[in-house]
Amino acid sequence: MTATAPVAPAELVAARDRRPAPPRSRYSWPRTLRYLALLAGLVIVMIPVYVLVVTSFKTGGDATPSQAWSLPTTWTADNWVLAWDALSPALGRSMQIVVPAAIISAFLGSMNGFVLSRWGFRGADLVFTLILFGMFIPYQAVMIPLNQLMLNLQVPSGVPTLILLHIVYGIPITTLIFRNYYASIPHELIEAARMDGAGMLRTYASVVLPISLPSFVVVLIWQFTSAWNDFLFAVFFSTANTGPVTLALNNLANGAQLQNYGASMAGALLASLPTLVVYIILGKYFVGGLMSGSVKG
Amino acid sequence: MRRVKSWGPPLLLLAPSILVIAVFVYGLIAVNVNTSLTDNHTAAQANGVAPISFVGVQNYLDLLASPAFQHSLKNLVLYTVTFLVGTLLIGFVWAWLLERPIRGEGIFRSIYLFPMAVSFVASGVVWRWLLNSNQGEAASGLNRLFQIVGLDVLQNPWWNNITWGIAAIALPAIWQLSGYVMALFLAGFRGIPDELREAGRIDGASEWQVYRHVIFPQLTPVLLSALIIIGHMSLKSFDLIMSISRPSNYQTKVPAVDMYVFKSSYDFASSAAVGAILLIIVAVLIVPYLIHNARKDSGR
Repeated sequence: MTATAPVAPAELVAARDRRPAPPRSRYSWPRTLRYLALLAGLVIVMIPVYVLVVTSFKTGGDATPSQAWSLPTTWTADNWVLAWDALSPALGRSMQIVVPAAIISAFLGSMNGFVLSRWGFRGADLVFTLILFGMFIPYQAVMIPLNQLMLNLQVPSGVPTLILLHIVYGIPITTLIFRNYYASIPHELIEAARMDGAGMLRTYASVVLPISLPSFVVVLIWQFTSAWNDFLFAVFFSTANTGPVTLALNNLANGAQLQNYGASMAGALLASLPTLVVYIILGKYFVGGLMSGSVKG
Repeated sequence: MRRVKSWGPPLLLLAPSILVIAVFVYGLIAVNVNTSLTDNHTAAQANGVAPISFVGVQNYLDLLASPAFQHSLKNLVLYTVTFLVGTLLIGFVWAWLLERPIRGEGIFRSIYLFPMAVSFVASGVVWRWLLNSNQGEAASGLNRLFQIVGLDVLQNPWWNNITWGIAAIALPAIWQLSGYVMALFLAGFRGIPDELREAGRIDGASEWQVYRHVIFPQLTPVLLSALIIIGHMSLKSFDLIMSISRPSNYQTKVPAVDMYVFKSSYDFASSAAVGAILLIIVAVLIVPYLIHNARKDSGR
């Protein structure tokens, strides 16, 4: 019994002294060891955050290799001013892209999810699987003709194109999340509406939509985050002057010959603020979206 | 049988999405494959000034025979293996440590998970600094940190190593997604009914044996999901590599970067062929999984 579990002797003795044969804590990871391991993880995860914050407040003179890990000798906001000047127009464009894209793709996903989970028709599962595949394709496999299509449709590059693309390629994941959610609501609700003679559209608008709020929050957060963080479409369909903040940040960080790490890191923090705020305030729903992203557990 | 066998109203709601997916996913894939089978290698052809002719699978053969593209494929494998092993291992251990109630669990979970909310481009900014290849006096980043804690031997050129460099770029990816894998595994652990553990204990199994023979096997579906999700993300990796390295850097190039480089030089045919190759690699991973899920769904 003692040899099999990785238990520190002191802990084992202590546990024995307190309670005679407690079935749970007897074998489980000793608390101290768990805490040490968890804290080590915490420190490692926070290292890049420390670097980002500290470097963003350093003056040029402090940004030398020998002082790489030390705190700034003089704290300065210059990097932040520089980063703000470089990124603020792009931050605005990111908002213009992400908000409509998230809202529209959420509504489309909601309609699809409802039909595919609750108003089944022959072939619904096949249609769902075919839609879902769109979530996994590497967009590299459509990029060349997509470029041509946008030219042919005369969608202006930059904000309008990126809104359209985030809606289109957001449909699979939003459909998936809503479908899983609607599959979990009671049958009786929809049956009752059907008994009352409501058609599908009425049922959707008056019964299903009002109870969809939790899923809408999950989907909106998911779409907001992934569209905000997108770089691939931005690189192919916009320029530094028409694109979102990821593109502007990459230009700020990698564009100049002499790298200004202070301003780049202030910029990285600025560009991450909106998604981090969403994560901190609505973390519970954020995790909900992550789980739905796993198709099925 | 509650299902209504009527096509009309459902199609009305689905039609916009079906149409859009048909065009933007399946239609464009077809056009892309078509482009990849031509000799559309120059700007003049891309702009429709010079004629384009059909060359069959020649572009694929050329790509697969070229040492540069072979290097990309090798990098892709190395990157994916590092990324998968790192996230699955760390994510699993974190979930295991947090599985039993512990004070401060919420804080640990939130902090482990937060890098997921950050874009690859933003994390690339700080990781480019951390993975600075300078050593000795000029070292900064992690190499300097190694000196400070007395582990000088660990100093290395990171992503500037021609063979293993790409694995260094998997480190930030691991940093960003281990928390996600943890969340998946944690949900898996929590989904296992307590009765199963109890039954194992009553049968006289040690706690390790309960884990080994009762708990871990229950987590296989979660492992599969995590493998699929991280695996397909890895195969598509582009942002991190672009923000830490440069597209022109041979040591860190992968097919997704090649696709961009070909496109930038108006070699549309090669670019399309690389895209198609990526699609095939991803499909080999995803299609069986999707079919498996669809079967499971209709069988319930």
